[in-house]
Amino acid sequence: MAAQRFRVLPGFGLTMGFTLFYLSAIVIIPIAALFLKSFQLSWADFWRVVTTDRAMAAYKLTFGASLIAALINAIFGTILAWVLVRYTFPGKKFIDALVDFPFALPTAVAGLTLSNLFAGNGWLGQFLVPLGIKGAFTPLGVIIALTFVGMPFAVRTLQPVLENLDRGVEEVAATLGAGRLRTFVKIIAPTLLPTIITGFALSFARAVGEYGSIVFISGNKPFQTEIAPYLIVFRLEEYDYLGATAIAAVLLVISFVILAVINYLESWAGRYQR
Amino acid sequence: MSIELKSVSKQFGEVAAVNNVTFSVNEGELLALLGPSGGGKTTVLRMIAGLEVPTEGDIYIRGQRVNDIKVQKRNIGFVFQNYALFQNMNVFKNIAFGLKIKKWKSADIKARVRELLELLGLEGLDKRYPHQLSGGQRQRVAIARALAPKPSVLLLDEPFGAVDAKIRQELREWLVRLHHDLNVTTLFVTHDQEEAMEVSNRIVIFSRGNLEQIGTPRDVYEQPANEFVARFIGVMNVLELEVFKNVGRAGELQFPAPGYADGERIRIGFRPFSVQISSDLNQFPYQAVVRQTYFLGVMLRLELELESGLLLRSRMSKEEYANLALYDGKKVSLQIRNYRILSREHEPLGPELTAPEKSSLFVGEGI
Ligand SMILES: Nc1ncnc2c1ncn2[C@@H]1O[C@H](COP(=O)(O)OP(=O)(O)O)[C@@H](O)[C@H]1O
Ligand SMILES: [Mg+2]
Repeated sequence: MAAQRFRVLPGFGLTMGFTLFYLSAIVIIPIAALFLKSFQLSWADFWRVVTTDRAMAAYKLTFGASLIAALINAIFGTILAWVLVRYTFPGKKFIDALVDFPFALPTAVAGLTLSNLFAGNGWLGQFLVPLGIKGAFTPLGVIIALTFVGMPFAVRTLQPVLENLDRGVEEVAATLGAGRLRTFVKIIAPTLLPTIITGFALSFARAVGEYGSIVFISGNKPFQTEIAPYLIVFRLEEYDYLGATAIAAVLLVISFVILAVINYLESWAGRYQR
Repeated sequence: MSIELKSVSKQFGEVAAVNNVTFSVNEGELLALLGPSGGGKTTVLRMIAGLEVPTEGDIYIRGQRVNDIKVQKRNIGFVFQNYALFQNMNVFKNIAFGLKIKKWKSADIKARVRELLELLGLEGLDKRYPHQLSGGQRQRVAIARALAPKPSVLLLDEPFGAVDAKIRQELREWLVRLHHDLNVTTLFVTHDQEEAMEVSNRIVIFSRGNLEQIGTPRDVYEQPANEFVARFIGVMNVLELEVFKNVGRAGELQFPAPGYADGERIRIGFRPFSVQISSDLNQFPYQAVVRQTYFLGVMLRLELELESGLLLRSRMSKEEYANLALYDGKKVSLQIRNYRILSREHEPLGPELTAPEKSSLFVGEGI
């Protein structure tokens, strides 16, 4: 018979019970309710509602733009985190504080600011629009807004891991003859990859759920710049509750699948770690 | 000459980590850098490797000045205190890393790694990742990785620091054997004098960035250059004496101190070996009681309390202990055979003096 492991702190039962209760109350019950509600539709109706051309365009924009934004954040967030951890320069504290800005800013404010900035007569738009770069009321605008709101997730996830990175490892590599590029590609990047993927996932999840800033910058033109969450709101405003929940259920399933894939990637990238 | 440091200093802002240090290491030598923590040992090692740039002075490796040669080109094997293994690579890839950079052929890499795995007793572990290894195995992987590209020098920072006492002992013997087999010039850092004495051909003693002495273990033990070394290497009894009429006293102990003024305070030091013990209470001039006995393998250390309450440490073999029929609480007589007069910490020590018989001291005192 396996001996029960000794635990320093009692209360596994209690904490586990609380965890399950908490998860049910906050996550499982609402999701179940959502599915039950959408099951009031017949399968054929459900399929018709969730596969309209308009809905398909909205999914594509939401998930496509979110993936692109998360990718941008994974790359540039990594560079930003690297600079903030590895170098000292004047104004570093200020820039570090600025990273949290998208966390704190109400998303509607962010959307308004960005759309003003990139509109044809805005600060940046007046230079960019003549070059053919339209940052407002286009899918590009959606990507810009989603990048903005997701950025802190990528940076803040990576920062502590970077801080704990053992400099000795880089120095050993140097004594063995490795240049900076090789050290980065062969040792640092693989070590950071799981965390970068986590930052990517968080940034992605945040982007899929984003609504407030997008409604301002995208213009919400059906088939072009309409995101799926906006379509849900639109259906609700038509009092089409079942249509709204059906689309919501689809969003949920796709998000879940993507997050599961990311999770798998993460554990694959971290396969040699504990 | 494998490594030479000439008047090397390293300044970290205000902190002088290494202060005008000059020494050289012979080809094939096993040299210990010994000193208390913060003494500048790691900094010296890092400067030799090229991980730190000296503020002043020159470093030579095999006759070539390397100050301006990058770490990557110095052909040095460095083993960090925490081993710094590549967590994302298995044992094989860790060891092969330096060889790939040098563009060895894959068959040669395989052969070399296999050779090292065998040499270091790591057979069968080549597929493991660092987190799947014990502390001792990790260290050996780190050493194998450093040795793989056949470095001209192997540098080890506190190689025994992170393992427990029993494994430490094994590791020491193992390092000596490894060095004997490979004959690669090896510098290792330690703060443990016993370790340095046991393992190395020569010892460089550092304190607060200064080189205090360099010599064989026997040299530094028997001919310490100054009080710091004398007290750092081995155990030393230190007494403060007050001089009166050319005799220094501490409790009932008396030592000739010619040339010192009355009332002057001097300090003397003597090794535990110098304390001679007899169970015949009349054989030696002073009476004492055995307070504590510490068993250190084949040797014993005794703590003796004189009638005045002064405590002295003595050392003897187990046989001697048995012959004298000693036990804690037993009364003995003792004398101190020889001693040194100690000056200020970093100045040269006085010569070793022989303590005369008690009677002759009384003559001096009686006047
Ligand atoms: N990178 C550094 N920056 C500032 N001070 C340092 C640095 N490295 C070492 N020192 C200082 O230099 C002195 C010697 O350090 P070190 O060489 O690590 O000593 P040891 O290895 O003998 O313990 C210490 O006072 C330490 O604080
Ligand atoms: Mg050190």
